[in-house]
Amino acid sequence: MLTRIPPRVRALLILSILILIAPMLFPSSFYYRIGTLIFINSIAVIGLVILIGYAGQISLGHAGFSGIGAYACALAPTHLGLPPFLSLILGAVISGLLAWFVGRPILRLKGHYLAVATLGLGMLISMVLNNEAQFTGGPDGMMVASLGLTKGLEGLFDVNLKTSVVWYWFAGVMVLLGAWIALNLYNSPTGRVLRSVHDSEIAAKTVGADVARYKLVAFVISAVYASIAGSMLALFNRFITPDIASFLHSVELVTMTVLGGAGSVLGGIAGATLLTALPQALTVFHEYEHVMLGLIMMLVMIFMRDGLLPTLRKTLTRRAIA
Amino acid sequence: MKLKQVVKTTTLAAAVSAMTALATPALAEVLIGSTLAITGRASFLGDPEAKTLAMLVDEINAAGGINGEPVRLIQYDDGGDPNKARTFATRLVEDDEVVAVIGGSTTGTTMAMVPIFEEAEVPFISLAGAVAIIDPVKKWVFKTPHTDRMACEKIFTDMQANGISKIGMISGTGGFGKSMRGQCMDVAGDFDIEIVADETYGPSDSDMTPQLTNIKNTDGIQAVVNPGFGQGPAIVTRNYRQLGIDLPLYQSHGVASKSFIELAGDAAEGVRLPAAALLVANNLAEDDPQKPVVMKYIEDYQTATGEPVSTFGGHAYDAFKMLAAAMETAGTTTDSAAIRYALENTSGFIGTAGVVNMSPDDHLGLDLSAFKMLEIRDGDWTIIE
Amino acid sequence: MSEFLQFVFSGLTVGAVYALVALGFTIIYNASSVVNFAQGEFVMLGGMATVFIFDAGVPIWGAAALAILLTATIGILLNKLAIEPARGASVVNLIIITIGASIFLRGLAQIVFDKQIHRFPAFSGDTPFNIAGATLLPQSIWVLFGAAAVFIGLYAFFTRTLMGKAVLATANNRLAARLVGINTNFIMALSFALSAAVGATAGVLVTPITLTSYDIGVMLALKGFAAAMLGGMGNPFGALVGGLLIGLIEATTAGYLSSDYKDAAAFIVILLTLFVMPQGLFGQKSMERV
Repeated sequence: MLTRIPPRVRALLILSILILIAPMLFPSSFYYRIGTLIFINSIAVIGLVILIGYAGQISLGHAGFSGIGAYACALAPTHLGLPPFLSLILGAVISGLLAWFVGRPILRLKGHYLAVATLGLGMLISMVLNNEAQFTGGPDGMMVASLGLTKGLEGLFDVNLKTSVVWYWFAGVMVLLGAWIALNLYNSPTGRVLRSVHDSEIAAKTVGADVARYKLVAFVISAVYASIAGSMLALFNRFITPDIASFLHSVELVTMTVLGGAGSVLGGIAGATLLTALPQALTVFHEYEHVMLGLIMMLVMIFMRDGLLPTLRKTLTRRAIA
Repeated sequence: MKLKQVVKTTTLAAAVSAMTALATPALAEVLIGSTLAITGRASFLGDPEAKTLAMLVDEINAAGGINGEPVRLIQYDDGGDPNKARTFATRLVEDDEVVAVIGGSTTGTTMAMVPIFEEAEVPFISLAGAVAIIDPVKKWVFKTPHTDRMACEKIFTDMQANGISKIGMISGTGGFGKSMRGQCMDVAGDFDIEIVADETYGPSDSDMTPQLTNIKNTDGIQAVVNPGFGQGPAIVTRNYRQLGIDLPLYQSHGVASKSFIELAGDAAEGVRLPAAALLVANNLAEDDPQKPVVMKYIEDYQTATGEPVSTFGGHAYDAFKMLAAAMETAGTTTDSAAIRYALENTSGFIGTAGVVNMSPDDHLGLDLSAFKMLEIRDGDWTIIE
Repeated sequence: MSEFLQFVFSGLTVGAVYALVALGFTIIYNASSVVNFAQGEFVMLGGMATVFIFDAGVPIWGAAALAILLTATIGILLNKLAIEPARGASVVNLIIITIGASIFLRGLAQIVFDKQIHRFPAFSGDTPFNIAGATLLPQSIWVLFGAAAVFIGLYAFFTRTLMGKAVLATANNRLAARLVGINTNFIMALSFALSAAVGATAGVLVTPITLTSYDIGVMLALKGFAAAMLGGMGNPFGALVGGLLIGLIEATTAGYLSSDYKDAAAFIVILLTLFVMPQGLFGQKSMERV
C-alpha cells in the first residue's frame, strides 16, 4: 500500500511522523535541544545533498555561508534595526548573491581543485569574522537578539513555554519545508539536468544542457540553505562565535551529508542525526571519544559505501524479497 | 608502560563508574557538573583543569564528602567549541540536574553558556579570563582567574615604574590574545603609555619573525607585550632573541606554566609576566597565608598526575574549593539560591590566585595585589618588586 | 633590504614544511588518486614520537629514525586497514575515510602521548647566523636542506629506479601495471610508507622551531593540501613550488601588509591562480571520457 504513494510524499510522511513521535521518547527536556540541533544541521545538509548528491559538486567551504547567515542575524538587528526574521532573509540573500558571484569561476574547477577553492572561500569568510572584532566581537563571539517565538506564543495563548520545545517544533517545520523543496527539485527539469551533470558533465553538455548554469543554481540554493541554518543556530543559541564558519564545521557538514547517503534527502538527515547525537552518546568513552568517532566514520564509509540510509534500505529490501 | 597504564585506568574507571551507577539510587549525592576544553586548541587549559577537579573530588570524598554527602562530578569535553559547550550546559542542567557547574575554559564557551545558567538559576563558576564575564555582574555567574584587564594594568604599572612610555604589541588572534589586546589598548592611556606598533599572529602560526622585524624597526619603541597562550608566546620569545631585539619583553598570565620556560629555553631569560603566587610557591615568605595552600595543591597535583602544575589547574582548584566552602556555609547541597548567596559572600578565601573577597558587585573578588610581577632568571621564576 | 631578506628566510622555512606535506599528498595521490587528509597527522606523529623516544634516553638521531619508521608503519596500516578495503569507493567517500583516520590518529595521540606542547633541542644549537642584517637559525638550514634532499631523493627514486617506475606505472594505469607483472598492492603499501616517512621527516626537522602537540596536523594538512593544489595535484615539482610560494606569500604579507590577513592573502592567490589555471601552476590537463 505504502508503495503506491509517490516517493517524495512518502519521504515527507516518514519525516513528519518521526518528528512527531520523537518527543514521546525524550527522557528529559534536554533532548529537545538535541532535536533542534539535528534539524538545524539537517537544513544545511539538505542544501549539500542538492550540491553533492544531485549535482555531484563538492564544497569544503559551506560553513562560510552559515557564518554569513549567523552574523546577519547578530548584526542586522543592532546596526540596521531589522527584526531578526528579516535579518535571516537578508543573510540568505547575501549568501545567495555571494554564491552566485563567485560560483561561476569556482565551479569551472573540478574535483579536488573545486574542493580547495571552496575551502579558500570558507576560510576567507571565517577570517573576516575573526578579525573584524569591532563588529563581530572577534573569536569570543557576540550576543544575538531573540527571534521572539516563545514570547510571542506565550502572549498569544497565555501559557508558559520552554524555548527549546518551541524551537523543536519551529525547526521541525523548517526541515519539512526544506525537504519538500529539495524533493520537488529532484523531480523537476532542473533536478534531472543536475543529476545528468552528476553522471557525466560532458554527456550532459553534449545533449545541450547549459551545465555551468545548472551547477550555479545548485551552488546558490545550497548556499541559501547553509545560510538559513546558520541564522537559525544563531537565533536559537542567542550567541555566536566565528567557529560556525570554520573549516572544521564545513567538513562536519560534508561528513553528515556523505555518511547518511548524499543521494537522498532522508539520507542526509540521517547523517545529520547520527553526527549530532553521536558526540552525546560517546561521552561515556571519556578520553576515547575521538578515537571512537574517527573509527565510526571510517567503518561506515568502508562498509556502507552509499551511506547509512541507502545501505540499510538495500539490506531491508533484499531481506524482504528473500 | 604508558599503554598498560591506560588500559589499567580505563578498566578501573569502568569498574568504578559501574559501581557508582549501581550505587546511585541509594545515596544522596552532591552532583557537580563541569564542561571544559579537555581537547582542542585550548586543551592545555582544560586538561589540567579537568585533572584538578577529578583529584579534588576523590580527595573530598575520601574525607567524607560535603556536609556528609559524597560528591559526584559529571564532566564533559566541549573541545573549546561554544555550540558544544552550550549543549553540554543544557544537558547538565536539564538531564543531569546538577546543583552547580564549574567550567568554561575559554571566554567564548563561557559566554555561550551564561544565559543557560542565568535562566535555570544554577551557580556557575567560570575558569576563563575575559573581564566581560563578570562585568557587568551576572547574578549566577562567578569566575576565579584574574581578568585580562588586570594583567594589562599590572604590566603597565611595571613599565611606568621603569620609565617606559612607547611600546609595541604582538597579540595572538585567538580569543584570549584578542580580548587582552583590546583591554590593554583601553587602559594604556591611564598609564601614559602609547602603543606605537600593533601586530598579530594566528593561533597555529609557527614563525613570527616578520611581525617582530616590523616592531624592531619602529622608531622609539621601548618594550614589547605579547598577549596570547599556547605555543605562540614561546615561538614569539624565541624569534625575539633570534632577531637580537634587546628591549624588555612582557608576556601575559596566559603563559604561566613551567612548560613555557622549557619551550622557550634560553630565550626566556629576562622575560617578565604577571602571575599568581602558585608559580613561585617556594619563594613566598613563610608567613604568607597563601603559602601552605599552594604548596599542598602543588604536591597533591604532582603526585596525582605526574605533571607539573600550571595556574590553569589552579583556577579549577579555587573554583571547586570555593564551591565546597559555600555549600558548607550555606549548610545545603541542594538549594542553589542559598549556595549562590554563600558564594557571593565569600570573604577571606585563600586560593591559588590570591585572597578572594566577593560582593554583590564583584563576582571575582581579586585585586591587583593578587598578581605578582615575575621575571624569568636562570630558568626559573623570580619575584621582582 | 635586510627586512625583506628576513621575510624571505621566514617564508622559506615555513614554506619548506608546507612543501614536504604537499609532497606527501602527491605521493599517495599519484599511486591511488586518494587525497589523504591524515597527512598532517604524519607530521605530528614524527615530531611527537621523536620527543617521547628522545625523553626516554635514546640519542636524537636514533629517536628521529625510530619515529620515522614508526610513522611509516602507521602509514602502511592505514592503507591496509582503511584504504584497501574501500577500493573503488567514490572520491568523497575516500576523503571522509581519511578525515576519519585523522580524527582517529589525533585521538590516539592524545592518549598515548599527552596534550602538552613539546620540543626537543635543535640539531646544531640556537645561535642564529647573521646574513646581510637578517638572521637565520641553523635549524632553518636543516629544514631547507632536508626538504631539498627529500625532493631530490624522491625524484631520483621515481625516474632512476625500477621500483619508482613501477609506482608511476601503477599511477598511470593500474590494470596495465598489473598485466605487466607489477604487484600493485605492494606499490600502494610502499607509497603510503613513503608518504608517511616524508611527513614524519618534516615533523622531525621542524619541531625544534615550531614546537609540536597532538593537534598540529589539521592546519598543516590544510596548508599542504592548498600548496599541492596550487602547484598542480600530482606533480612533485608543483608541490615544492606551491609550498614555498605559500610560505613566502604569508611572510611578506605579514611583513608588509597586515598580519591579520596573511592566511587570507595565501588563499586569495590560490583562488586567483585557479581561476586562470584550473589545473594549478604545473598540473596536467585531464580528459574525461564519456
